[in-house]
Amino acid sequence: MSKPKVGFYWCASCGGCEEAIVDLNEGVLKVVEAVDIALWPVAIDTKRADVEAMPDGTLTACFINGAIRTSEQVEMAHLLRRKAGVLIAFGSCSHTGGIPGLANFYERESILARVYDTTPSTDNPSKQRPQTKTAVPEGTATLPTFYADVRTLDQTVDVDYYIPGCPPPVRLIVDAVTALLEGKLPPKGSILAPNIALCDECPRRDSKPDHLAIKEFKRPHEVIIDPEKCLLEQGLLCLGPATRSGCDAACISGNMPCTGCMGATDGIRDFGAKALSALSSLVDAREKPDIERILDTIPDPAGSFYRYSLPASLLHRRMPTNGNGGGVQ
Amino acid sequence: MPQDASKATGDGYEPRIVAFFCNWCTYTAADLAGTSRMKYAPNARVIRLMCSGRLDPQFVLAAFRRGADGVLIGGCHPGDCHYQEGNYKALRRFLLLKRLLASMGIEPERLRLEWISASEGDRVQAAINEMTADLRRLGPLHLATPDQCDVLTGAWIEEAPLMEAAR
Repeated sequence: MSKPKVGFYWCASCGGCEEAIVDLNEGVLKVVEAVDIALWPVAIDTKRADVEAMPDGTLTACFINGAIRTSEQVEMAHLLRRKAGVLIAFGSCSHTGGIPGLANFYERESILARVYDTTPSTDNPSKQRPQTKTAVPEGTATLPTFYADVRTLDQTVDVDYYIPGCPPPVRLIVDAVTALLEGKLPPKGSILAPNIALCDECPRRDSKPDHLAIKEFKRPHEVIIDPEKCLLEQGLLCLGPATRSGCDAACISGNMPCTGCMGATDGIRDFGAKALSALSSLVDAREKPDIERILDTIPDPAGSFYRYSLPASLLHRRMPTNGNGGGVQ
Repeated sequence: MPQDASKATGDGYEPRIVAFFCNWCTYTAADLAGTSRMKYAPNARVIRLMCSGRLDPQFVLAAFRRGADGVLIGGCHPGDCHYQEGNYKALRRFLLLKRLLASMGIEPERLRLEWISASEGDRVQAAINEMTADLRRLGPLHLATPDQCDVLTGAWIEEAPLMEAAR
């Protein structure tokens, strides 16, 4: 019997998710023993035409990481949806938009202007911008269209499962692949990670006081962080109360606060709103000026609470100022 | 999601306000305004919560997402909360949510908090009238969400086509 085929693909991402698969170490040998990797652009040379030539449903599963910003990514997402029996959004970007999703705070035109005109290292006197079609002696060269906003994979195609994290923890990848091979996947739409908040598995849990009360939020570079004590108690903006566990508290163990990459637990529609709700409840003040003074110590609430999930949020993006997102070149 | 025609064109635009009122004070005040036959703008849809402290910020964002032009929160005056602390919690969430909405480019007038006791029917009337006037001036809130914006231009459209069609 031939081995089941799987694919890995990347869209708007940093490569960290590929790194996470490499982090399986020897475990990756077990994976290739059990499956054929039919598509993995970072490691093997499968062309798009090869994927197009596969009969639909050839891939038992396809793992897609990265957010969706260009027409090429949309095309690949649709193509892989057809070729894969099980489509898995892999990592924060694909799941909720991730770091590339922070671009939804800006308009398309301002991003292009920054990159092609105003960065100190830009040397572009003729104000060239990338064109989707350019005539060259050999014919027409093409580039994908750069869309108005960043979207998640499930805002683009139907997604069966999600593996959260930036990048996904190795343990969750192993569990997901095992469940896939044994045919023991949970109901469609499930997030393949524990459904409890990070605080529940935090190694500093016992040092969390019954009543947290924060008088001032501090940023990690402003304080010497006690490696034993609850980070919220130390005034650090730790999103553990709102964030799904499954990461073995990796950042906490590195003495850094949780930034929320695992996203929310089941039943939460908007991670940022829930994180905001949890954090503001801890503010130790009753009068408006006192509350405002404490809130002033959170430099960028929207960026902090939506660090990994702006495109998946209820508002999706910052309102375009001219109502058209900066237009198309 | 379908919107009524006035939302799409801006003609005959009537602001839509979702009002979250607490059971013990502001909702009772709204009742009083009604039984006292006070006239006010018909633009608010009132949702009763047991306490303003029950207001999950998700409710506010979900209201905007589903077509509200403004959200009004009503609770007991500080010190008067039926559950002691709920309105203080609501105030903290409200103040942080205001900051978040500012970063999202949403005008401050679209989210309003009022402390209104059970006897202050006239303040319900004033708050809803004022907010309706503010929102009339601002115009409809057109969120550029994936189901309501053009993938190429980001322009608001009533129902966006599927992404595969947009090249």
